[in-house]
Amino acid sequence: MRSSALSKIRIGCSIFVILLLTATFVDISHLIPERYINISHFLQFIPSANKFISAGVAASTGFIIILVLTIITGRTYCSFLCPLGILQDIFSRTGGSIKKRFRRYGFKKPQTILRYAILAATLIVTMTWGIYFLTLLDPYSIFGRSMTFFVKPVVLLLNNLLSHIFGKFDIYTFVQTPVTLFSPAAYYIPIAILLLVGILSLANGRLYCNAVCPVGTFLGIISKVSLLQIKFDGSKCTKCGRCAVACKSSCIDFLNKDIDNSRCVGCFNCLKSCQDKALEYNFISFKKPAKDARIGKETGIDYGRRNAISVSLLILLGLKSQSSSAQNKTAPVPKKASTVKEKITSPVSPPGSASIVNFTTNCTACSLCISVCPNNVLVPSVTEYGLTSVMQPHLDFRKGFCAYECVRCLDVCPTGALLPLTIEAKKLTQIGKSVFIKDNCIVNTEKTACGACAESCPTKAVHMVPFEGKLVIPETKDEICIGCGHCEFACPTTPYKAIFVNGNPKHAAARKPVNTQTDIRKPEEFPF
Amino acid sequence: MRRRDFLKNSAGAGLAAGAALKLGGYDNLWSSSLPSSAPYDLVAIMGGKPDAMFDLGIQELGGMGTYVKKGQKVLVKPNIGWDQTPEYAATTNPALVKRIIEHCFRVGAKEVYVFDHTCDNWVNCYKNSGLEKVSRDAGAKVVPGNSEGYYHEVSVPGAKVLGSMKIHQLLLDTDVFINVPVLKDHDSTSMTCCMKGMMGVVWDRAFWHRNNLHQCIADYTLYSKKPSLHVIDCFNVITKHGPRGVSKEDVANLQTQILTSDWVAGDAAAAKMLKLDPSSIDYLTIAYKLGSGNMNLDTLNIKRIKM
Repeated sequence: MRSSALSKIRIGCSIFVILLLTATFVDISHLIPERYINISHFLQFIPSANKFISAGVAASTGFIIILVLTIITGRTYCSFLCPLGILQDIFSRTGGSIKKRFRRYGFKKPQTILRYAILAATLIVTMTWGIYFLTLLDPYSIFGRSMTFFVKPVVLLLNNLLSHIFGKFDIYTFVQTPVTLFSPAAYYIPIAILLLVGILSLANGRLYCNAVCPVGTFLGIISKVSLLQIKFDGSKCTKCGRCAVACKSSCIDFLNKDIDNSRCVGCFNCLKSCQDKALEYNFISFKKPAKDARIGKETGIDYGRRNAISVSLLILLGLKSQSSSAQNKTAPVPKKASTVKEKITSPVSPPGSASIVNFTTNCTACSLCISVCPNNVLVPSVTEYGLTSVMQPHLDFRKGFCAYECVRCLDVCPTGALLPLTIEAKKLTQIGKSVFIKDNCIVNTEKTACGACAESCPTKAVHMVPFEGKLVIPETKDEICIGCGHCEFACPTTPYKAIFVNGNPKHAAARKPVNTQTDIRKPEEFPF
Repeated sequence: MRRRDFLKNSAGAGLAAGAALKLGGYDNLWSSSLPSSAPYDLVAIMGGKPDAMFDLGIQELGGMGTYVKKGQKVLVKPNIGWDQTPEYAATTNPALVKRIIEHCFRVGAKEVYVFDHTCDNWVNCYKNSGLEKVSRDAGAKVVPGNSEGYYHEVSVPGAKVLGSMKIHQLLLDTDVFINVPVLKDHDSTSMTCCMKGMMGVVWDRAFWHRNNLHQCIADYTLYSKKPSLHVIDCFNVITKHGPRGVSKEDVANLQTQILTSDWVAGDAAAAKMLKLDPSSIDYLTIAYKLGSGNMNLDTLNIKRIKM
């Protein structure tokens, strides 16, 4: 096929994919049903592969489809389906409109050592140690974080502006929604990676995909032998070089009429650019083409390596300057500050993760759960799980609590780090236990009534028992506590809470609360 | 703009005959908050469906026209605090709220608004309580209360602790305020009803919890914009594990409703439905001493109806 229709189809498909995926991450009103969210990331390679390996979920066969697709069509995943790839195309277009030469690419030598080193390191680390490299480099997760961390707040601000304007006219379609920000240290890595991707793609097309992205490199190995490839028709080519200039991957060596198919992302822009119809996307013939020595243009600058260094520096910086996000600084100062610090021995991982080990082994920190959580209780961790698990979400009960009737995060997790539970099962899954600190409690320190914790508790694991005089004071019952954190969220003491949830490294089963029929009946006569 | 709106609304409401709005009402006696045309201090109905009981009760009080004048904006404030379905009785009965809104429109209300500052996720509370749907069906505007931006600072003259607070803009923008609490047991304050329900119109509830909860609940009653009418839903009542409830075992079907313009009296009567001694509830006795109402039920003109 030589037509430019392929590139049009590619553009249409990629616009659809990026709109769909963006919508799932910035859906501030939580309108998209879970099943559509699951369809949206079904074909995302790393999440699907991880879910398949970790959970053996039969439904998670998206990555196999991608493998087959790659064997047949080459790295079309990178152009048609990968949200980060599509995002880079948008950046490249933007770059082109700033300076025309930013979109004039030309052939460049492959970053062979860098890309295979990153792929090898990713594979080795993932198989022998943990998911850490995938968390950093999985394109779907990078895209997700970029949306959740940077785009969603902007959408919220716009929404709030509209809400303000419409509110003046007594219309409440747009609902004011507080913009929730994470702890500053959680932003370093997403900012660094987004900057790396953004700067590279602004003037260098898909350099990131061909120098850094392990998925790109991996699919590139397969696409070397893919059935469909773009090939030169030597007799027609006039060596005008337009294809090479148009190639985002800088993989067309037009002087030698050679295309590096391991780097070709299947955007089909070259087909469109070729006025001699000398390029063809077709099934490969198994004749070995004569290969000349490659004459490539040296740029002299190794952007990939430079940026790899700067990323690692930023990572270091990010980890060094973590701040304690725990305090809500806007809270009014109480009459007396609480004095006993909470002794948290374990963070709280979301229900459906079974254990912290299981969670941190399988989460690529795409932040979809953070985005879909209606209560904003999920936040990216900094050091809570340890340095290697940075950005993987945990529950921060100062920001929110885990709603009793909600299983949204479990239902949408693309990687299998969270596996679905029924609402009934989730209500009996103990992700942590509440711990009461009497010395911080208002009832004890001020001798006034409070009970904010007990009234919020859905199971009455936190309940009030007689204290001094008419006062009642909280007491906790571990076996029916599920660690939802509503008590901690509601507790009004500062800076330390009088009740907090300590995580269960391994989630436990909570007992169902037992209840007895009330003895109050409808009276025969009015009691007043 | 806010202040002007507020003054305008307050003035309009103050002029409207029968409206209960009293500026600086803290030095008024309990009886003065009752519309002069209402024949009873308190009407209690037992044995019917919530909407039918309301029809009877409001008729005894001279109809909704006693409280709502043509062209007025009305705020109907149910309890939507928890993400529970109606049968758990953690939220006000939807049929009752619907009927109240219908009565408001029937006497010519220009607009009826419904909102509550929920404890659970507000979207789920509004939806699962059934209150969003019935309110919309009845023609009311359902307004969110989930963000601090909706709340405005006001002062509470004479308050001991709650000197100033942030209240929802609807309280400032509407002419008439109808409070529709559901009676519930409460872990900490013994019960929640008319007065404690006001924690659902303020932004910073934690301040109340931190600074003598009973005093804050009573202090609120000194705020000038008082509800004209309290319709207390005692149809299904959480009698223990309140205010959220654990299971249906906590719920008693008391089939009762109380209508009054005096929230101290309303709370005192409601307490008796839970077999509580009103004088054992601190915020009730404090509010009584502040002059916000009458807790001596014997001295009230009560109409009791059995259906």
